[in-house]
Amino acid sequence: MKRISTKVGAKNLSPLHNAGFAAFFPMLIRKLGFLTLEYVRRMGAMGVFFLKTLLYTFIPPLKIYRCLKQIQFIGFQSILLIALTGGFSGMVLGFQGFYSLSRFGSDAFLGPMVGLALIKELGPVIAALMVTGRAGSAIAAEIGIMRISEQIDALELMGLNPYRYLVVPNLIAAMICLPLLTALFDVVGIFGGYLIGGKLLGVGAGTYFGEMAHYVEMKDVLEGIYKSLSFGVIIAWVCCFKGYYSGIYTGFGSEGVSKATTQAVVLSSVLILVWDYFMTSILF
Amino acid sequence: MIKIEDLQKSFDGHDVLKGISFEVGKGEVFALVGGSGGGKSVLLKHVAGLMKPDRGSVTVDGMEIATAGQEALQAFRERLGFLFQGGALFDSLSVFENVAFPLKEKSKLSRNVIREKVLMELENVGLSGSEHRYPSQISGGMVKRAALARALVEDPEIMLFDEPTTGLDPVTGQSILNLIDSCHQRLSFTGIIVTHEIPKVFAIVDRVVMLHEGRVRAEGTPVDFSKSRDPVIQAFLSG
Repeated sequence: MKRISTKVGAKNLSPLHNAGFAAFFPMLIRKLGFLTLEYVRRMGAMGVFFLKTLLYTFIPPLKIYRCLKQIQFIGFQSILLIALTGGFSGMVLGFQGFYSLSRFGSDAFLGPMVGLALIKELGPVIAALMVTGRAGSAIAAEIGIMRISEQIDALELMGLNPYRYLVVPNLIAAMICLPLLTALFDVVGIFGGYLIGGKLLGVGAGTYFGEMAHYVEMKDVLEGIYKSLSFGVIIAWVCCFKGYYSGIYTGFGSEGVSKATTQAVVLSSVLILVWDYFMTSILF
Repeated sequence: MIKIEDLQKSFDGHDVLKGISFEVGKGEVFALVGGSGGGKSVLLKHVAGLMKPDRGSVTVDGMEIATAGQEALQAFRERLGFLFQGGALFDSLSVFENVAFPLKEKSKLSRNVIREKVLMELENVGLSGSEHRYPSQISGGMVKRAALARALVEDPEIMLFDEPTTGLDPVTGQSILNLIDSCHQRLSFTGIIVTHEIPKVFAIVDRVVMLHEGRVRAEGTPVDFSKSRDPVIQAFLSG
């Protein structure tokens, strides 16, 4: 009896099920198509934003005071953070490097190992991630608030170009500051490594710095500079874009600015790591 | 001077403007009234060139705003002043720096001349003594006054006011309207005031257009509106 009623029920439900599936797949395809188009549109908008920024960077007038202000904000105000993280990164490398190298009786190469790791890889990447967290998020939030409070519209209606006031100074400041901050990170990190390797674990100063000078070449230093320069471009581009379009792509009001800031930090960080891979494989 | 023809705009399939047409003559002050969410501010942003219409056009002295090139749009904006609903003052600059900003950035006037001009403009809007305060340190009415001073400091030919009295108490709202009127007497600009403060605004405007459900419901002088028997207008007039 039970079996019969189940069969009858299944028979009655099947047309509805079929209708549901028939409606589900076109809806899914439509949704996927919409999302794909939306992402392509946003990528296009990011590309246009970047090209416009480059254009206004090379066409005068340049807002020198705004550039100096942003250099002070992105660069000068990040010095302590970069020195601190650089020092501790170098100290960790000193411990880990000594532990690994001493297994093969190669602890004399601690200096080159710390130097190369910092100059080629860790310095540019960690400094860029720190600047993204400290300055990039603030840039996205500031521009985002200016967007939702119509300050950017006010600039436009005054006949002034918002790119020149808000975006170009950040790009120039980031391109100047990132290589300098990376150099600071490297130097403090190298001394941090020496503090552990030399003062605590007994590697001589002559060995540490002498071997480093022998193995670290100019092209390694240049690789770090190229990387930090390109990371500066990524931070300024992504954070300014997210702030500039915060009322359009991330919803309205303070929630929209909050989303834009989060997206700016996440996307910048991911792009820095992805771009780092490509640059390493090209410059290897 | 300003001609709006069959202006249509929709957002996410929702029609906000459904074919708006009217004209504003030179030196005329025009009130654009209607309920909240009726598309008044959207229309004003089309006039300023901040939005592009789906259909129709806005022309100023024969130049179509939506299709104008960068230079033409720039030249048009040199003649334009815009008072935003929230003031849109730069929050990291003081009141003085806000008002001085367009002059510092665009004119070749000396520092002393700019200072004199800004202080005079602040005096005109009743903000003498508040020039060193920041937008977050002053009241809503003072923000509107400072924004008005910034919009007027370059002596614009066209002024657009987006809800200049919204969020203000009746006395402050009335003083802002009086201020707009005295500025118009002084500068003779062509103005469009978006507001739902009727009949208060009738005292300072030459003509009125009422938007209702995305269309022009009525157009005429303040006297025509006061005498109208249209139930929608009557409902608005009686508050």
